[in-house]
Amino acid sequence: MQQVFSIPKSIKENMRYTFCPGCDHGIAIRLVAELLDEMGLQEKTISATSIGCSVFLYDFLDIDCVEAPHGRALASATGIKRVRPDKFVFTYQGDGDLASIGLAETMHTAFRGERVSAIMINNTTYGMTGGQHGPTTMMGQITTTSPTGRNREYYGYPVKMAEQLALCDGTAFSARVALDSIPHINEAKKAIKKAFQVQLDGTGFGFVEILSTCPTNWHMTPEQAHEHVRTKMVETFPLGVFKDITK
Amino acid sequence: MGKIVIDNERCKSCYICTETCPKKLIKKSEKTNRLGDFMVEFDDKNQDCIGCAMCAKRCPDMAIEVWR
Repeated sequence: MQQVFSIPKSIKENMRYTFCPGCDHGIAIRLVAELLDEMGLQEKTISATSIGCSVFLYDFLDIDCVEAPHGRALASATGIKRVRPDKFVFTYQGDGDLASIGLAETMHTAFRGERVSAIMINNTTYGMTGGQHGPTTMMGQITTTSPTGRNREYYGYPVKMAEQLALCDGTAFSARVALDSIPHINEAKKAIKKAFQVQLDGTGFGFVEILSTCPTNWHMTPEQAHEHVRTKMVETFPLGVFKDITK
Repeated sequence: MGKIVIDNERCKSCYICTETCPKKLIKKSEKTNRLGDFMVEFDDKNQDCIGCAMCAKRCPDMAIEVWR
């Protein structure tokens, strides 16, 4: 018998995730770690981390990380990449970080076509601070700061980053994936690999939006939360590749 | 034929693996781990496990290792 599934080498030894039970952050970080191993990038990677649940990346991955101010991970990543173009630079951010407070930095990184990669975890809420209304909150969704549900008159519409960034000329790859089933997890890994590859090839900015669960703030069991992603979230946030200039 | 090993100290009892296993070989345990969670246990008396690693791929806490 040979081992067919083990913990990736890029994950720190004896590390235990501090996420809530059933949170998809664990799978997303594992996919990143597997790709760093497969592409031989662990030793040359510098990550700019964010604020929110996604900040814990540097506790789990055995790579160099720089902690950026709230939302400014892509601005920090730009600086790192321009000073050290030989390094592989990526950011790992939540939706509140990338699509709300860091929206300007995110958009301008894409407009400039920086050779960096960004991974956005979209769970439609501010998970770490208690489930407040965020930029990606879906229409009708009840959160602690939208107790009657998101409506058009008061809150407007959710931000769809994968589509928005696909419109930018500097973006080489933009996709939206989910982690609710095995086929979707496999597609997610392929998309993240592509977003990493466009940076290594010097093609442009690589972006992947990952639909994730937040069972705690959605008040669901982990399996109910995955069902919610499968049935409700994909209606608002359709999966797919929105831009791929390497084709 | 396959085999899995569950690291019960990593398991946070989300029970995604119990739903995912195509052969339904992973069950909720009556024992608790260090965190006080009811763990999961691998029950493969008839050696039905095919080592497909679906449980491990969907485990958010990397608590399952698979051999085949």
